[in-house]
Amino acid sequence: MSPESIIVLLIVVPLIGALLIALVGRWPNLREAVTLTTAVTLFAIATQLIDPVVNGAGASLTVAEPLPGLKIAFDVEPLGLVFALLASLLWIVTSVYAIGYMRGANEPRQTPFFAFFAVAISGAMGVATAGNLLTLFIFYEVLTLSTWPLVTHKQNDAARAGGRTYMGVLLTTSIGFLLPAIVWTWVVAGTTDFTQGGILLGNIGPTAAAVLLTMFVLGTGKAAVMPMHRWLPAAMVAPTPVSALLHAVAVVKAGVFTITKVVIYIFGLDFLAAVPLEKYLMYLAGFTIVAASIVALKQVEIKKMLAYSTISQLSYIVLAALVLAPFAEIGAAVHIVAHAFGKITLFFCAGAIYIASSKTRIDQLRGIGWRMPWTMAAFTVGALSMIGVPPTAGFVSKWYIIAGAFQVESFFVLAVMGASTALNAAYFLPIVFRAFFRAEDSAPARDHGEAPWPMVAALALTATLTILFFVFNGPVVDIESRILEVPK
Amino acid sequence: MTVLEWLPFSVLVPLIAAPVCALLPGRVLPWSLALLAVAASAVITAFVLPAAMDEPLRYSFGNWPPPIGIEYRVDSVNALLALLIAWMGVIILPWARLSVNREVPERQGPFYALFLLALAGLMGIVLTGDAFNVFVFLEISSLSTYALIAHGRKRAALLSSFRYLIMGTLGATFYLIGVGLLYIMTGTLNMADLAERVPEVAETNAIRAAFAFIVIGLGLKLALFPLHRWLPGAYTNAPSAVTVFLAATATKVAVYVLLRMVFTVFGLEFALTMPYQTVFFTLGIIGILFASISAIDQPNLKRMLAYSSVAQIGYIALAISLVSVEGLAAGLVHIFNHALMKGALFMAAGAIIYRIGTDRMSDIAGLARSMPWTMLAFVLAGLSMIGVPLTAGFISKWALIQAAILQGNWLAVVVVLVGSLLAVLYIGRVAEAAYLKPAPERAEPVREAPLGLLLPMYVLIAANFWFGIDTRLTLDVATHGAEILVGGAP
Repeated sequence: MSPESIIVLLIVVPLIGALLIALVGRWPNLREAVTLTTAVTLFAIATQLIDPVVNGAGASLTVAEPLPGLKIAFDVEPLGLVFALLASLLWIVTSVYAIGYMRGANEPRQTPFFAFFAVAISGAMGVATAGNLLTLFIFYEVLTLSTWPLVTHKQNDAARAGGRTYMGVLLTTSIGFLLPAIVWTWVVAGTTDFTQGGILLGNIGPTAAAVLLTMFVLGTGKAAVMPMHRWLPAAMVAPTPVSALLHAVAVVKAGVFTITKVVIYIFGLDFLAAVPLEKYLMYLAGFTIVAASIVALKQVEIKKMLAYSTISQLSYIVLAALVLAPFAEIGAAVHIVAHAFGKITLFFCAGAIYIASSKTRIDQLRGIGWRMPWTMAAFTVGALSMIGVPPTAGFVSKWYIIAGAFQVESFFVLAVMGASTALNAAYFLPIVFRAFFRAEDSAPARDHGEAPWPMVAALALTATLTILFFVFNGPVVDIESRILEVPK
Repeated sequence: MTVLEWLPFSVLVPLIAAPVCALLPGRVLPWSLALLAVAASAVITAFVLPAAMDEPLRYSFGNWPPPIGIEYRVDSVNALLALLIAWMGVIILPWARLSVNREVPERQGPFYALFLLALAGLMGIVLTGDAFNVFVFLEISSLSTYALIAHGRKRAALLSSFRYLIMGTLGATFYLIGVGLLYIMTGTLNMADLAERVPEVAETNAIRAAFAFIVIGLGLKLALFPLHRWLPGAYTNAPSAVTVFLAATATKVAVYVLLRMVFTVFGLEFALTMPYQTVFFTLGIIGILFASISAIDQPNLKRMLAYSSVAQIGYIALAISLVSVEGLAAGLVHIFNHALMKGALFMAAGAIIYRIGTDRMSDIAGLARSMPWTMLAFVLAGLSMIGVPLTAGFISKWALIQAAILQGNWLAVVVVLVGSLLAVLYIGRVAEAAYLKPAPERAEPVREAPLGLLLPMYVLIAANFWFGIDTRLTLDVATHGAEILVGGAP
């Protein structure tokens, strides 16, 4: 297959999947088979891109030119390749999990659920492979719109309110800040292509660049940098598979991915170092890390706590990107992967607990580790990864970020990393402790064991991936290091 | 025959077909004739646009040379508008058949005759190169429009029609006074001649008064805030098919005449000595914000969309107040794109009325389950209204923001974006009600709209996406037209 056709397939295959899901919705088994087949096919297609990108040939494609000089174009570079691989791989696991979850919870409207899920994945693929800001923005909005039906799936008052906050914040930030930032970039630079070394150098003054960068960082609401984070806890009204893949991986990573790409390919590290106020955005990300952790500490609901943990972890990536040290950029890219494995595991566990025991609150978890040993073991792995303890994925990216902080001798970053590690431990470890070392207060309403096997299999797999990534992170780090190479 | 010789028939065919139509009995015959006439007109416009791109087409009626006779003068600006009007007619008429059967069950011959007259009037306004002839066609289209609006089922339609009649007549009279003053000062009514002679007498109060009369008169016709008061009632109470047609074309034609008068006849230089820029900029901004906010809590769908139309006119006013090629191009593109999105939205509203007989917000609750295709069309067209990428609305917003940034006009950028967000609110409110709220108890289940209503609706939806990706027709022609307008004489 030529690289061009691979890119087309990456975006089109999930859409075809969505269409087929809608068509065969009457037969649930067939529908689920379509979902799984599409997910596996998509991952297989994504792996075909590794070779062209690693060999430096790259893959690019121009589809249309809606405005003169402004193209809908795709260009796969290392960062996007890893994001596409990650999202498509985890879609397979999440599909297995979702089948167990949706059937276990006896949810209505499963056909639109799986169909919109596939559309959202298509949006994520488009974000990953976008060759310029316009194309990225298109798929960024596809991702926003296609996840609204998923967030409001329950169609009750809470879902409607959550959906309103979700759309309100995401569309306000993207239309209010991101879009004008993109138009502005285009007006001053004459292009929005992602280019090694950036496109703004010499085209914009330092003060204007500071305003522009602020618009990009705040406009990318999906990155959930405070004060644009409110949509993420609101999105937790969605069924757990959505929270797991979309609101811990695809959607939120699309946000930090956008910021990382803007920092590296639009501004360029050298130019950004000369931009005033850049440090203040770094401080904002640092503040988000610590503040979100403190808020997480106070949460009662498991999913809400995980959401605030995600907000905090996302800002690791934003912070790392803005440190402007080579190691930190690699750390940012690697953390996109590392956090994904750990956080999806944690959400899978939260969903499994809900399906098996109907429990949603942290204070209900005493002794649950002995009823659901697999689930809580996986939870422990995920929690350790959030804290950054070896042998888990979280340690790898933290290592690079801290190395980057030393490269530019930023003690602010070191202090934030230290504080947040302590806070992460403070809200995750008590849960593990409670689950394994406290007796149940009273017998639960119904006797239960583990959740249905597809869910347990999925969460065991992602927990394994979290540990494996600690050992076998070489290829990913290797690919990601190429983002800072000089073009050939 | 050449394109030039065919040109007048784009107006004459519907004009001549109208009286025949009025006499035809039954339902099918008048409708068929109307469709045939409009289709003929549409085919001609499709040939006129490419022919008019390089050099303006000039056709003298009755072979009388221009200053004496009336001349049609077509460049890329009015060719684009003519194309839009005729093709919207072609898309709307197939949709109208079912809707009109339901809402105007009797005397359909005269109804379609009025429709043809309104369309012919609009075509005439756009194509003519004679300032007085504009007034004549303006009256033809306005009078037939008043009658069309009065066909609405509720008694309120009569009142709305009457209010529009008062305001429309005021506007037309103001325009006529302005043209009269121009004639006194220059001795000609031909726009090209006017453009040559006005600068010689520009330093007179008569010309300034003419400018003021014409701009205010047209401001009434195009429903520029705060002269928009007639519009919501007229759009709400007219038969749905009429609303679709008016929303897609009528106010746009008034904008065209405004552009032609201000930029071609008076000239940019003169306009800048008048408070043209300030007035349109200020009223555009206030109009966007006021009308968008008003749209949010309207009790029924058509009224909400009508307020949204007033807001869109605000965008166009804002765009043309930027007096740059980019600004005017953004305005022209939005005239075209807004017709596509608002046409589709009003069609969806009309389909809802067709099935449940009302468009109250409380009755729309849960409707997506029984009318999924109609509501999907509404949401898709709504996305275009908001300006989501890949839709025509995105191109409009992008062009407008770009024009504003190029002039360093950050206030305009902010207002455009706030307007988009307000659109999220009023479109989102309908989407939320239709998709997430439980449906009220009904005596009998609601069925999806018939294919005859859905197909034209989806043609417009497809156009919304097509012109969101391929902008050769819209943006290129609009930019070409904007260059002509800013450049002065045609």
